[in-house]
This record gives sequence, structure tokens and C-alpha cells, in this order.
Amino acid sequence: MSSVEATPAGATVVRKTALNAVHRQMGAKMVDFNGWDMPVEYPASIGCGIINEHMAVRTGVGIFDVSHMGDIRLAGLEALAAVQHISMNDASRLAVGQAQYSALLYPQGTFVDDVIVHRLGEDEYLLVINAGTREKDFNWVRDNTRKFDCAVENLSDDFTQIAIQGPKAVDVLQKITTSDLSAVKFYWVTRGTIALHYKSMRRFLENTLIARTGYTAEDGFEIYVPSDEATSAWVWNRILEVGKEFGIVPCGLGARNTLRLEGALSLYGHEISDTINVWEAGLNRFCKMEKPEFVGRDALEKEKAAGLKRTLVGLEMTGRGIARDEYKVLDGGGREIGYVTSGSPAPFLKKNIAIAYVLPEFSAVGMVVKVEIRGQGVDAQVVPTPFYKRPKK
Amino acid sequence: MPYPTDRKYTREHEWIQSSGTTATIGITVHAQESLGDIVFVELPKVGAELTVGKTFGTVESVKAVSDLYAPASGTVTETNCDLATSPEKVNKDAHGSWMLKITLKNASELDALLSAADYEKFVAEEGGH
Repeated sequence: MSSVEATPAGATVVRKTALNAVHRQMGAKMVDFNGWDMPVEYPASIGCGIINEHMAVRTGVGIFDVSHMGDIRLAGLEALAAVQHISMNDASRLAVGQAQYSALLYPQGTFVDDVIVHRLGEDEYLLVINAGTREKDFNWVRDNTRKFDCAVENLSDDFTQIAIQGPKAVDVLQKITTSDLSAVKFYWVTRGTIALHYKSMRRFLENTLIARTGYTAEDGFEIYVPSDEATSAWVWNRILEVGKEFGIVPCGLGARNTLRLEGALSLYGHEISDTINVWEAGLNRFCKMEKPEFVGRDALEKEKAAGLKRTLVGLEMTGRGIARDEYKVLDGGGREIGYVTSGSPAPFLKKNIAIAYVLPEFSAVGMVVKVEIRGQGVDAQVVPTPFYKRPKK
Repeated sequence: MPYPTDRKYTREHEWIQSSGTTATIGITVHAQESLGDIVFVELPKVGAELTVGKTFGTVESVKAVSDLYAPASGTVTETNCDLATSPEKVNKDAHGSWMLKITLKNASELDALLSAADYEKFVAEEGGH
């Protein structure tokens, strides 16, 4: 048996989050993820493994170290104008304390990265970006905002970012903060105190950024705490402790991927990249063409007129087999009509699902196609996305 | 981790237990651990010919796809159909959840494989995980 894991070629120096030792102590299986030494799953002996971790987030609560994500702060009199110039969504619609999904585009309308734009103050924005594109993104943001009266800071190493996700995430986090989390709506942020207790020791992390965001298609929070190892470990362990009564489990990147896939959330390097444009990726509703100007807008205008050459669809395997990243999509006659961008078993839905680029004429829901698995065409069907939608409360 | 001494092991993490000219094949505890939750096992049909060192099937976890390599040459006489519907049994009991039974073509091929102690040493040196 030889393992062919889907890990990209590693950078020469492997980077570690402040929680690296904690993950190793817990027995996590570590992988190189875009140059970061990250937990892919925790051991079965503590009730983990990708499937259990995934199910915990869908039905209870899970905790993730997502400190590899990057953070860019833009602040100054022209911060809004700068964000409007580099981001395809409309940041002028954000109230202070509100966040939105968006993307940074190249002039040709393809992706530098996708981001969450948080409006932290009157003239202060925080962009949360992907791990693998941290330096590229920061340089791109800095270079493209030079003409604005606005400071651009790379805060990526300043935070340990912990995601608490699942229907019970609010109950867990409420136990250690004085902020009223019921008042924080989805895609809003607040600042609050995180209370840490350990035996007789007490510590309060004041003014902690608490965002009701995530990448799991579930309710949840992401908190940004100081990135020193002691504080990071303290917060992580405290959340596990207060979460015990809710059945909290630590979750790795494996579950993070299957959770986002069920929610059909894009992943850079898969559904979006520097060769894929906004229309192809189907992110139209986050791209505000009514804005008079932003990088990539002109090209997108032309692309729209030219029409789609390929489009993203959801696939469900109806034959026996699992579609994986980069597998070919075929029509009934065996002709190549596209490729899988992300494919995996879906632990909650208990189906084998995939996201794929196909020729537009094969994109209608119900269309029967094939996925080439080890030389064989296996039946699949185009289905609506997201595959999973969380139940309304 | 104790590996049963009644069988031989490959560096690709299969085990093979022989008795005369027949043998049973599966994957090791270490293999299932590194794969994680196993969700799919694809095996050859009865009558298929295995060639030592060549792939004979596939095992997939949520995250990974792995080829299965034949520890010895032979003809498939039986496959464990149970694994088609309950592949997770390999996680629960890798050394008990056999995949294939074969008739050996040349039983002396097994002499080249690792003993339990050597395999254990190999795993320790290989990974550390």
C-alpha cells in the first residue's frame, strides 16, 4: 500500500502556528499544508478522525486552529476607498462591526485570493486571507493601495486564530466571554473579554476580536487572540474544557475541507485561482458590478459579454466510486468535458460529492455525466449547490 | 504496537498469512492509522491473477487514495465482500479484516518479506507518526 495524499509541495522552511506543540501533544496527524505544519486530524483514541470531527461540527461543536490564515489591516482616512479599489464586493455597505465575503482580483478578473472583509472601525478594515497566499496577498494589497491615504499592515503573525464551529459553538464561547453573543449576528464582529481560568489563576484577554464567521457552512465564531504560545495554549485548552459538556472535539484540516465542501465554499487553488474568473466560479453575488471601479472590473465586463467557457457545478456520484481533485469529467460518450476541483466523501450527507468545472451545456441540474476514476467512467449527476444547508433555527 | 508473528509484511504495509499454497492478504494497523477513516475498498474479482509487487486494488479514506500491492503472486480464490459495505471494519480490526484469499504461485516469494519484528522496526524508522 502506498499513500498518495493530496498535499502540495512543501516550502523549504515549514512554518508552525503557536499551537503546534499542543496539536502534537494531542497526537494529531500533522501534514504540510501550503508550507504550514498543520493537524489534518486528531486520533481515534480521543474520539476524533475526520468523520467524527465533521459530525461534531454538524451536530455539536468543534474547535480548529486556523492561525495559518493571514490578516491585513487597512486604516486611515481613505481606508474605505482603498478597500473599494481592491475588493470586488461593496465595502461601503458595511456598518462598523460587520463583515462580508469578497475577493481580490487581478486586472484580468481572475483571483488573487478570496477574503473576508471586516469593518472594525470608522476607517479601519481587516482582511482575512488564505495561508498559502499570505505574502502574495500582502504585497498585492500594499502595491495596489499606494495612492490612498491609508496604512497597510500585515498582522498575520500577531494573532492565533481559533474557530469554534457548530450549532453549540455559541454556548461554548458564551461560557468564557462577557460579550452577549446572541446579539452578534452571522458575519458580524464584536470586541469582548475572554476570561481564562486555570486552577487559581485568572487572566482576562480584553478587547478580543470575536467574529461570527467560519468555513464550515455552520454557525460559529472565529476569535483572534495574542499569538504567544502560552496564551494560545491557554485559550485552546480552556475552550476544550468548557466545551466538554457540549461534546466539543478538536478538528483538523481534513474535517475543515469536508465541511466546506458540503457547503460548496470555494478553496483557493481549487475552485478559484489566478486562471479562473469570477463568473466561472459562480461568485456573482459577491461581485458588485454597480461599483464604478475596482481592479478586475473592466475585464469582467468583457468576460460577461463574451459568455462562459466553463462553469462550476455540484456533482453527486451515482455510481460506485469517489471523485477526487483533478479527476476528469466525461460526457456519456467518454469525451472530456471538464475536471473535478474538489471531491470527497461527504461524511454528514453520506454521499460522494464533488465540485467540478464543466462546459456550460452540461451544467443543468439533473444532467448525467461521468467521472473518470482509475480509467473507468463512473456515473455522476449534476445537483444543486450547496450540497448542505444548515437548518434554520 | 504488537504485530502478529503468524504472517509476513511488505514495506507497502500489507500483511500476508500463508498455509501451504494458500494465503490471506490484508493491510496493517499502521496502514489504517495513516489512512484514517476508510470509506472504500476496491478488490479484484475471483480468478484474477496477482503479480508480486504490482497493484491489485485500491483503498480510500476520506482524505487519501492508496494502491494495494501484491505481497506475492497468485490467483484470487475469495474476496471479503463485507468490506464493500463496511470498509470501516479495516479501521477497527486491520489484522482481522482480510481482503483476499489467493492460491500462491510460488510460496518462496514470502521469504523476501518482513517478519513482524522487522516490520515494526521499519514502521518506527519510516515515520515517527
